[in-house]
Amino acid sequence: MHLSSYEPKNPVMKWVEARLPIGSLIYGSLGPGYGAPKNLNYWWNFGSLAGLMLVIQIITGIVLVMHYTPDVTLAFASVEHIMRDVNHGWMIRYLHANGASMFFIVVYIHILRGMYYGSYKAPREMIWMLGLVIYLLMMATGFMGYVLPWGQMSFWGATVITNLFSAFDFIPVIGDDIVTFLWGGFSVDNPTLKKFFSLHYLLPFVIAGVVILHIWALHIPGSNNPTGLDMKTKQDVVPFHPYYTVKDLFGIAVFLLFYCTFVFYMPNILGHPDNYIEANPMVTPAHIVPEWYYLPFYAILRAIPNKLLGVVAMFAAILIVFFLPWLDGSKVRSAAFRPLTKQFFWIFVINALILGVCGSQPAEGFWVPLSQICTAYYFAYFLLIIPIVSRIETPKPLPTSIAEAVLAKKKG
Amino acid sequence: MIQKIKKISLTMFAAAGVLVGASNIAVAAGGDVPQPPKNDWAHVGPFGKFDKAALQRGFQVYKEVCASCHSLDLVAMRTLSDLGYNEDEVKAIAKEYDVMDGPNDDGEMFSRPGRPSDYFPAPFANDQEARAANGGALPPDLSLIAKAREHLSLFRPWKSQYGEDYLVALLTGYDDAPEGFELGEGMSYNTYFAGHQIAMAAPLSEDQVEYADGTPATVKQMSKDVATFLYWASEPKMEARKELGFKVLAFLLILSILLYFTNKKIWADVKGK
Repeated sequence: MHLSSYEPKNPVMKWVEARLPIGSLIYGSLGPGYGAPKNLNYWWNFGSLAGLMLVIQIITGIVLVMHYTPDVTLAFASVEHIMRDVNHGWMIRYLHANGASMFFIVVYIHILRGMYYGSYKAPREMIWMLGLVIYLLMMATGFMGYVLPWGQMSFWGATVITNLFSAFDFIPVIGDDIVTFLWGGFSVDNPTLKKFFSLHYLLPFVIAGVVILHIWALHIPGSNNPTGLDMKTKQDVVPFHPYYTVKDLFGIAVFLLFYCTFVFYMPNILGHPDNYIEANPMVTPAHIVPEWYYLPFYAILRAIPNKLLGVVAMFAAILIVFFLPWLDGSKVRSAAFRPLTKQFFWIFVINALILGVCGSQPAEGFWVPLSQICTAYYFAYFLLIIPIVSRIETPKPLPTSIAEAVLAKKKG
Repeated sequence: MIQKIKKISLTMFAAAGVLVGASNIAVAAGGDVPQPPKNDWAHVGPFGKFDKAALQRGFQVYKEVCASCHSLDLVAMRTLSDLGYNEDEVKAIAKEYDVMDGPNDDGEMFSRPGRPSDYFPAPFANDQEARAANGGALPPDLSLIAKAREHLSLFRPWKSQYGEDYLVALLTGYDDAPEGFELGEGMSYNTYFAGHQIAMAAPLSEDQVEYADGTPATVKQMSKDVATFLYWASEPKMEARKELGFKVLAFLLILSILLYFTNKKIWADVKGK
């Protein structure tokens, strides 16, 4: 909601503003001109945290590139050179390696918050889909970044994941060449590493571009809120600055405490020890696992015994989320007023965590049927539960406005 | 606020609970290698520092025993000052090694005494030579071995296996093969090695080295010392990391508290508290 306009008082700023209205842009998007719902809870902090993580990843990444060498004979040693010889190189690398995990933690919470409060529903479909594009780009970026240290898991993870595309070998003409193209040769080797390095440097800037679109689209209807109600009057709204700038800063400080605990006290706990062994195409690790943030999808991939169908299911598991705004037929956004939806949502979260654990285990024994059950629930959630429940459920009575909801809460 | 913190932490606990529960079942299906016993390490914990005497003893074990087969490619001799040696001592240690250098002005490679800026020379010219000298097995480089053998668990920290503990268990874990166990030619039985067959014969025996500080050189003692040294070799910046980490966390904690009250003050008029 538009609250007020920028009026520069300083003559220099007046001069600039008349020629380039950048003051208005900032004032109206992060400043007092942008009205945000006054009832946002702490789950709404994760958007700014995701933005922070992107910035940290780009900055630390640029510094790492100053010392890293993308060549199979030197990559592993150059990372160790960063760890041992570059001033504070160990810190930059641990910030970047753990930063990837932090970025995903934050983004997963951000996505789940959007799901719970119905932030994907009209008129915010475009924000939702752009967000998922960012998430897909993050998955690609994270995967390629993990290959760069050229450890055993880098190499074998790259081999396993790129090999998935051989499932498409039935496609006429290009089918057989897809994997060769990805590798830049006939196995994961130097051209693959260089290709991944180049793209790993490029994609974050593409992400930054899509983030701008994501925020631009957000500023059309403004933020959703825990009630899911639209902002109607000024009573519902507070100016973004100072209210949410300060709240976001507080969130950032607390989050950095969490992040830095990993960086400085358990920097390798989220990684795989085998990545401290240099890549060796002649020795296959006993158990190849991707990074934790891919595990639920990896479990879906392996739950299906047919390779092609498994790959299709894995991609479908992500693509299906794009359709959520239309799968959900409820008139009410927030799950706070949709008791059944709420329960199924939390089952969905637990189900996704179990899928993650399944993905970290060898595909044998009872893990196979368990991942199949969880995969079934994952798809059923989007294709059956949400479409049906959202249309038959009677929502709880809604407050008439955000201001009223805030008042009611204050009274307890 | 308190309510919110409660709610958020409850959610996080529930999520962690699911993960711990599920991964507990996961481990029950683990291999037949027992978990290495835990040792006391001076360098573990948020304020842990390296035991310099143990590092020097461990370096001696590496130099006199391990180095005949295992390289330490990523460690420069100048970094030995971390172990408590002064500049002259580091120079003297480096001088003991012959290092290949060159080409000189005549285009010849030549051998010269080592300098602190040199890396530890490898015992074999290449992997093929290393295999030929070791019955076909390749002795791994030890620069990162401690970190490459650790299995840390975030959700079940008590199940975490430190690389140092594994190294001690491995070095002291040689035993007679149980009845019925088929041991390959030239292989040894080790309780803690995956698959129990290891190409390295028990490397340490009682009093194999003579410690300058008079510490009795038992197999256990030497194992612990060399494990400490190898952990340092794999994570030489650990002390700097923890020291800086303490300052960073202390700063962030104060910043968080200040921002908490700033936030509260800013919102006071809206919340009417």
